[in-house]
Amino acid sequence: MTHTSQFCTFYLDKLLFGVELKTVQEVIRSLEITRVPLAPEVVSGLINLRGQIVTAVDLRRRLELEPRAADLPVMNVVVRSEDGAVSLLVDEIGDVVEVEETSFERPPETLRGSVRTMITGVHKLKDRLMLVLDTEKACQMTADAVVAGQ
Amino acid sequence: MSESGIVQDFLVESYENLDRLDRELVGLEKNPKDKDALAGVFRTIHTIKGTCGFLGFNKLEKVAHVGENLLTRLRDGQLTLNPERTTALLGMVDAVRLMLKEIGSTGQDGEVDYAELRETLTRLQNPVAGDAGSAPASVGAVPCPALTESRADKKEEKREEEKIVQPATPAKEGASSTAEATPQTPVKPPAGSRHKSDDSTRKPVRGKIGGVLVERGAVQPGDIALALQEQEKGDRRRLGEILVALGLAKPDDVSAAQQILDSKLRDSAAAPETIRVGVNLLDKLMTLVGELVLARNQLLQIANTVEDTGLQAVSQRMNLIATELQEEVMKTRMQPIGNIWAQFPRTVRDVALGCGKEVEIEMEGKETELDKTIIEAIKDPLTHLVRNSVDHGIELPEVRVQAGKSRAGRLILRAFHEGGQVNIEISDDGAGLSGERIRKKAVERGVATAEQVARMSEREVFNLIFLPGFSTAEKVTNVSGRGVGMDVVKTNVEKIGGLVDLQSTPRHGTTVRVKIPLTLAIIPTLVVTCAGERYAIPQVNLLELVRLEAEKVSTAIEMVHGVPVYRLRGRLLPLVYLDRELKMAGKALEPGGSHDDAVNIVVLQADDRQFGLVVDEINDSEEIVVKPLRKQLKTVKTFAGSSIMGDGKVALILDVLGLAQRASVVSESRERPVAEKAAASAETAGEKQTFLLFAGLGDSRMAIPLSTLARLEEFPISQIEMSGAQWVTQYRGQILPLVRLAVVLEERRHRLRALQAPPAPDSGPLQVLVMNHEGRTFGLVVERILDIVEARADIKSKATRAAVLYSVVIGDRVTELLDIPAILQIAGVNAALAGQATKAAGVAN
Repeated sequence: MTHTSQFCTFYLDKLLFGVELKTVQEVIRSLEITRVPLAPEVVSGLINLRGQIVTAVDLRRRLELEPRAADLPVMNVVVRSEDGAVSLLVDEIGDVVEVEETSFERPPETLRGSVRTMITGVHKLKDRLMLVLDTEKACQMTADAVVAGQ
Repeated sequence: MSESGIVQDFLVESYENLDRLDRELVGLEKNPKDKDALAGVFRTIHTIKGTCGFLGFNKLEKVAHVGENLLTRLRDGQLTLNPERTTALLGMVDAVRLMLKEIGSTGQDGEVDYAELRETLTRLQNPVAGDAGSAPASVGAVPCPALTESRADKKEEKREEEKIVQPATPAKEGASSTAEATPQTPVKPPAGSRHKSDDSTRKPVRGKIGGVLVERGAVQPGDIALALQEQEKGDRRRLGEILVALGLAKPDDVSAAQQILDSKLRDSAAAPETIRVGVNLLDKLMTLVGELVLARNQLLQIANTVEDTGLQAVSQRMNLIATELQEEVMKTRMQPIGNIWAQFPRTVRDVALGCGKEVEIEMEGKETELDKTIIEAIKDPLTHLVRNSVDHGIELPEVRVQAGKSRAGRLILRAFHEGGQVNIEISDDGAGLSGERIRKKAVERGVATAEQVARMSEREVFNLIFLPGFSTAEKVTNVSGRGVGMDVVKTNVEKIGGLVDLQSTPRHGTTVRVKIPLTLAIIPTLVVTCAGERYAIPQVNLLELVRLEAEKVSTAIEMVHGVPVYRLRGRLLPLVYLDRELKMAGKALEPGGSHDDAVNIVVLQADDRQFGLVVDEINDSEEIVVKPLRKQLKTVKTFAGSSIMGDGKVALILDVLGLAQRASVVSESRERPVAEKAAASAETAGEKQTFLLFAGLGDSRMAIPLSTLARLEEFPISQIEMSGAQWVTQYRGQILPLVRLAVVLEERRHRLRALQAPPAPDSGPLQVLVMNHEGRTFGLVVERILDIVEARADIKSKATRAAVLYSVVIGDRVTELLDIPAILQIAGVNAALAGQATKAAGVAN
């Protein structure tokens, strides 16, 4: 029997991403965000998740994708990280998919830069590719992510 | 700590231990070979024995002693634990418990000496007797009959008085096993006469009925003696009954006295009933209460908008309850400051002895309570200040006498609450600070120029000693075991939202005042709005609010070369526009331009500077629950945390100091000559760094940046152990590998042998620089610490040997800067201490 694992998927700028289901705490609609002036650009702000203050990370900016159009709705994928819960802002939520180990492949060598550290690989689904996101890395604000406001 | 405090602690601790003993002994019975459990039981009894010997409870000590003897033999495997021995040991536990109860109520360990129990325990040390099962009835199946027996046996020899029987009553609820051992429930004296015994203690003692009666003036001491004599003659009635029978006391008085006695016993039995609760649980409770406070705030807001008297009444009530609950939960985390002061007399004695001074320490307000986290955070700064006062403040006895003071200096610690904050004062009656000397030193050290210090007020001058780099260099070796200077004290106190202030009168002494908040979790703030977002400003930093009406704005806000200022009572107050600092689009984006609206100025204090923060709106003051910022936002120094407001939205808490720094109020202000100079010099030539200087081999000088240093420590040679070939010492619950500078600098061929040489037992204490490198803590043993200096490391030359990064000129002398990773590699310090050490040494060879 081949080993399977479950992923929670979501869309970002037409790309399909997946994060391991067990790292996901919950998925919620957009919440009111408090901006944090002078914060790194990838940090959208803070949200109140039932009494818990959670940092919202704009995943589009984090993955160096096109900025989201202002009128586009956002979804919060709240993941558990070493440093508590972090909300990843995404465009749209997809299904939970179950994939086999055999469909996994390392990211192509041509994928470079800081994005490569966050995308651990690709699962070849039937009709499209699912990019596997390392949430821990995505939540880490490395020096290259801390750009704005300083 | 006072003696009663010690006794109280001893009782609480012993009760806990005894409860554990019960469980362990029973468990041991099932598994008598469990060496660890036996050793644990042994240790507990040993501790109790040792402590009560020290406190003078001889009877208790005796009982514990025989128990310990038996346990020794059990532990050493000479005997095995059988039910009889377990019973006897449990009997001893119960006896100890009874005596502790006695100590709790009367301060003495009672009259009963448990001779029989001791006999049994002694007899059971004999291998045959214990195993043969020839035990007398006294050591039956349950421990307590043993006790009752032993007590009953004493009736001829000693009269058993109320004092002994009564503790059994509270014991009924507490230790259920003793319940049936005391068939009688002490009732008011006239009610019954089932006691076999009675007392004839020579004089009325507090805690006994006679004593209470005399205290209340109901009977004369002589009458008590008379009644006692009756008892001696064989009257088995209780003392109170005899008194009533003889007409020496009224039945009412006796029963009243009995009630007092009973309640005293209840109180004393209740006193040690504390529960140890994990700090985690308390933290969690604190968080939940925080949430509740938020929910309450929300509720109050809603209730104010709805016209429903029922709802308003409920919300008001809820408000009160939540407030009270918050206070009570906060109390659970409170600890008296005396806990950390307790060690100071010793510290003072040691330091005073070390420098030939005589110092008396006085403490006021020991019971002042502070949040646990704060207590921990201020421990080191306070220790430093106390040592400093003795070391530098108080003069030598001869000097004091010459100055007309008493030989012994006085050091006064005072703690008190004031305005929601705790004030801690450390005063000495020493020589006081000399403004002239500080001025001179400040100029020497390069922390300020001569003109600048000349312009400073006396108070400003005194506060110079809190600046980094202002260290009394000749005393630098004395800082071992502490942080690294007064600047560290200031930084640490400010880290927890506190303030340090220093006042000094020449020849009369110095007072350092530390102001700290009661707790860190919930703080009072002022909520303001700026660019549509709300921000909370901690009240600690708040001085006053100024509102400029629209028509006055253009004249009241003046410009100093493009910088807006406001005349606040004749002094220029620099203005900082919050929206501009935060790069937000607010109303006041254009300072100095036309203002249509009124301007709100929040006058704030950061460090020792004042500035006016211009905000769009001042909302309200509110108590908020501080939630720390996650690491993604740790880089933003302008905010101290976040909080959920009444409406459920998140608001940021301004870090006033961080904001002031960002706005250059603190670091570049005109009024801040010291920093100004530092900033100017940083512009012209490289950045200044603070270095710790120490002696290298021979006459050479070596240095490390102060930032790499965690602490300075001094370890006596006896504390140094060998782990393989590595020198190590136990430090704060960890094994600290020690790297000897002398060995690292040694020539290669000698190094291995030197590395493995054990410490010479007769050498003096080691000076150790405790450092962290990439998560590893290690100690660098150096010959001598020289100084802490601030210098620019801009004249560099290449290193001439391994372990050295480069040479620089510090204070006109060539100084070698150590290469810490290289040193670690040479010394072979690694996560796996010993093995790595040998391997690396082998390579080096």
